[in-house]
Amino acid sequence: MDLTQRDLRRKQLLVTCILGAVLFGAGWLFLPVLSEKILLGAVILLLTGTLFFSNDTGRYICKRVLLAILTVLIIAAITFFSMNAIPGGPFSKEKAPSAAVQAVLEERFHLNEPVGKQFLLYLEGLMQGNFGISTKTGREISTTIFDSFAISAKLGGYAALLAVVLGLVFGSIAALNRGKAADRIIIFFTTLFVAVPSFIMATLLLLVFCLQLNWFPIFSTSNQSYVLPVIALMLSPMSYITRLTKTSMLDVLGQDYIRTARAKGVKQVLVIFKHALKNALIPVITYVGPMTAYILTGSMVVESVFTTGGLGTKFVQGISNRDYPMIMGTTIFLATLMVTMTLISDLIYKIVDPRISFD
Amino acid sequence: MSTESNSQKNVPLLQVKNLHTSFYTDAGEVKAVNGISYNLDAGKVLGIVGESGSGKSVSAYSLMQILTDTGRVTEGEVLFKGENILKYNSKQMQSFRGSRISMIFQDPMTCLNPVFSVGSQLREAIRIHTDRNREETQARALEMLQLVGVNEPEKRLKQYPHELSGGMRQRVMIAMALACEPDILIADEPTTALDVTIQAQILELMQSLQKKLGMAIIMITHDLGVIADMCDEIIVMYAGKVCERGTADEIFYNPRHEYTKGLIRSIPRITEQHEKLVPIAGSPVDLLNLPKGCAFASRCDHAMKICLTQQPEEVQVNDSHIAACWNNVRQMMEEENRGGASK
Amino acid sequence: MSSYDPSQAPKKRPFSLQIDVAQFEMATDEEKAQHETMRESTTFFRDGMRKLFKNPLAVGSMIVLVLLLITILVAPLIVPYTYSGMVTVNGKRDKSAKNMPPFTYSQMEQQAIDEGQYIFPHIFGTDELCRDYFIRVVYGARVSLAVGFFASLIVLVIGLLYGSISGYVGGRTDLIMMRIVDVIYSLPDTLMVILLSVVLDQVLGQSLQGTILASIGTNMLSMFTVFGLLYWVGMARLVRGQILTIKNNEYVLAARAMGAKPGRIIRKHILPNCMSVIIISTALQIPSAIFTESFLSFIGLGVQAPMPSLGSLANAARQALQAYPYKMVFPAVGICLIVLSFNLLGDGLRDAFDPKLRK
Repeated sequence: MDLTQRDLRRKQLLVTCILGAVLFGAGWLFLPVLSEKILLGAVILLLTGTLFFSNDTGRYICKRVLLAILTVLIIAAITFFSMNAIPGGPFSKEKAPSAAVQAVLEERFHLNEPVGKQFLLYLEGLMQGNFGISTKTGREISTTIFDSFAISAKLGGYAALLAVVLGLVFGSIAALNRGKAADRIIIFFTTLFVAVPSFIMATLLLLVFCLQLNWFPIFSTSNQSYVLPVIALMLSPMSYITRLTKTSMLDVLGQDYIRTARAKGVKQVLVIFKHALKNALIPVITYVGPMTAYILTGSMVVESVFTTGGLGTKFVQGISNRDYPMIMGTTIFLATLMVTMTLISDLIYKIVDPRISFD
Repeated sequence: MSTESNSQKNVPLLQVKNLHTSFYTDAGEVKAVNGISYNLDAGKVLGIVGESGSGKSVSAYSLMQILTDTGRVTEGEVLFKGENILKYNSKQMQSFRGSRISMIFQDPMTCLNPVFSVGSQLREAIRIHTDRNREETQARALEMLQLVGVNEPEKRLKQYPHELSGGMRQRVMIAMALACEPDILIADEPTTALDVTIQAQILELMQSLQKKLGMAIIMITHDLGVIADMCDEIIVMYAGKVCERGTADEIFYNPRHEYTKGLIRSIPRITEQHEKLVPIAGSPVDLLNLPKGCAFASRCDHAMKICLTQQPEEVQVNDSHIAACWNNVRQMMEEENRGGASK
Repeated sequence: MSSYDPSQAPKKRPFSLQIDVAQFEMATDEEKAQHETMRESTTFFRDGMRKLFKNPLAVGSMIVLVLLLITILVAPLIVPYTYSGMVTVNGKRDKSAKNMPPFTYSQMEQQAIDEGQYIFPHIFGTDELCRDYFIRVVYGARVSLAVGFFASLIVLVIGLLYGSISGYVGGRTDLIMMRIVDVIYSLPDTLMVILLSVVLDQVLGQSLQGTILASIGTNMLSMFTVFGLLYWVGMARLVRGQILTIKNNEYVLAARAMGAKPGRIIRKHILPNCMSVIIISTALQIPSAIFTESFLSFIGLGVQAPMPSLGSLANAARQALQAYPYKMVFPAVGICLIVLSFNLLGDGLRDAFDPKLRK
């Protein structure tokens, strides 16, 4: 191969991003046309990739994607069978609110079939974007999920972006001013914010800035202000990233290669932003997966508190209504999203750090 | 540093005068370097020998000003061509490091940045101090790798540090240090972390490069044997102080300080089969609480009462040989008396 | 040795020095031994404790936790109200004592006071069901702390057993056991906790009726079950990793080479070396369990009413946030204080005892 190592890495990064995006897109945007045959084909393709790909990175990516698919399957199984175990659960005939719903339910979930068959049929439905219908509202769950996810995605996207950017900036500032006022202030607030659960942060923000100070209007369809919900969601992961960046920055700054760079005569700015930051970023990348999980679960309560609506709200409503098909569908959807994000962050991590062997 | 060279050249290339360095830790002030002085002429090799914690590396970091946050030079001067570089501001110091004095370190495994390729780190060193364009920089990087004897240099430039062996990495470090043709190369235990065979190769390489490029080298090591035939002058350090200085021959065959004698006794020799190795008993002195007299006294087999109370002064044995040991003083007094009696 | 410069060095000859010849006698060993004042040698534990007590944040959080503990243990003995019953005056239920602000008395109570009776003040006021809010917050803190401790204990026991078996046996057993851990680890935990809480709440609720366990509340039990099922994997990984590294350390090898028996190796070498890391991790597990509990309570999956937990109190306070903001503030501050204290204490313990951070 006549590629330089650097170009190769760039290419790998690109491939990973494209692959992640394609997977994600294929998984959810084109669900209605996805069938078990396509999935089976993809799995076989990935399997052959794992076994026969000549380059390590390709093999690693195939392996990880396969594992992610397996994880989603396991989650679907846990969700389905545990719901099935509930006496008077979603699949019992007596629970249905009306005869019509009951008929649809029976047809939908093939209640007369054995449980194993039911699961396979449910999976088949899932792959076509068919999550069943809500026992509460009688609406298609998939439409509810996709409609409300738009709001959650917007909220979560802003929160994640702000958390990463601000976390990196504050973390670097704290590390470089260790022991000084800036460091102390940043660490004080981040320590505080890490200890405040997002629902309390949300309620307190609402209480102080909406109800007492009137700086922000209470959320309504005519007055959509996402500022406070985003802040409530963002503060905790941002604080975590700040602390992570600071620790890893300090660790990196104590390494021998930083001394080498200084002995070479590299400018202090470049020592920090080139030699140190790239190494310090590595642990932050691994946090992207957990952060997604945190923001998605956090949005459940933050959305409810600010009444912005969204997938989290629907999920919480589903729980309080004991709307089991809704809970199942949302759980599987959110879990798939989290697994995908973890997969992507793992792949980026392996590519940024050349020391990791692709095994 | 013989007197001839001093008289020929008025100003030595590097003069270190009474350098003191301390680290301020939670436990108190750790006095790592307690007043060392030496001169280095262009093209000469100076060896600094001592055990871990003797302040040999810290003295080198002090003159490069790459001490960690807690460390500070508390006293002394470092004159490079007559200019005190300790007075330089950070910008001056940046352009000074790597171009006039370069440094290579002990552990090549951790001294190269793992997330950048060898080529980019090498090119960076060249780019900082010269204004070559892209192609010239690349060419210079290749040339340097060839100079230090790296095989397949084109391929190595694209590789990452973890893909190279230890010896190879140390060669890359040397190439990086020499890329801007410095006047002085400080080698901080360059061979300690390497296999014995590789050690010999690296030392040989450094020797040949020194002859080829004509730079001065400060060789820091804990292993007297390793540097004996390389150095024009050797300084033996203990507890941040110079105990003895002299030519390699003088240090080896006529050691005057009890610590140096101990060091030499503890070098294994294949030729003398039946001689037992004699280690130096005890452990290095606690730099937090330096004792009143000679720092080595508690480990010294020939410690005298005066050693415990009074710091030994540097006494000149001959023009190039100096030792700071009361036993040396006694020995010289006895020689003097005997000489006087025989006359 | 003042300033030395070879070019100007005075050529000192020994006879020129003023020296007392008596000083040139050999020193005795005792004299040599007294010469150096060596640093006081300390044990690992004592050194760690010294560091811990020098850390003001750790000491502060310990004080806060002890005060909290005393409060929640002693307060129910002093305060004459119960968490579930209405405020009573002379045995009569006081229906006027509804939603009172802190340190106020209802009409009935005021009457009683006027008659010269002593009425214990409502330190935090009362709630909408005329219950003393202070005692509810105290019980809430009790529940939250208990959940934190027991959940961490469960995690510790399961993780320690699983991890040490996996690590010490090694080989194929280790491989299989760790694959299981990997699968559980890849599941999005909060989602699974919610799902299992929903399911177990229903399943246990039916089967437990009439037993002693029912009084603890199915939600609480399901929470512990969930912790036992999911959260131990992190601890198991940690323990296994510790044991593996220590097992391969030179000093264990040396002990084995000298003929030490496995029991002695585990007792003398492995346990003391991984204990600190395990304790620190457990200390940090407590706030995370409290976090999860309060989150579950907030979305309505927490402890059974009328038993309060800090999370459910905060959730209940949302209903009348504008009118009675203090009802939100008390439990919110409680959660933050507990989580913050444990976080800081855990950090302090890590700084003081983690061998990796020691120099």
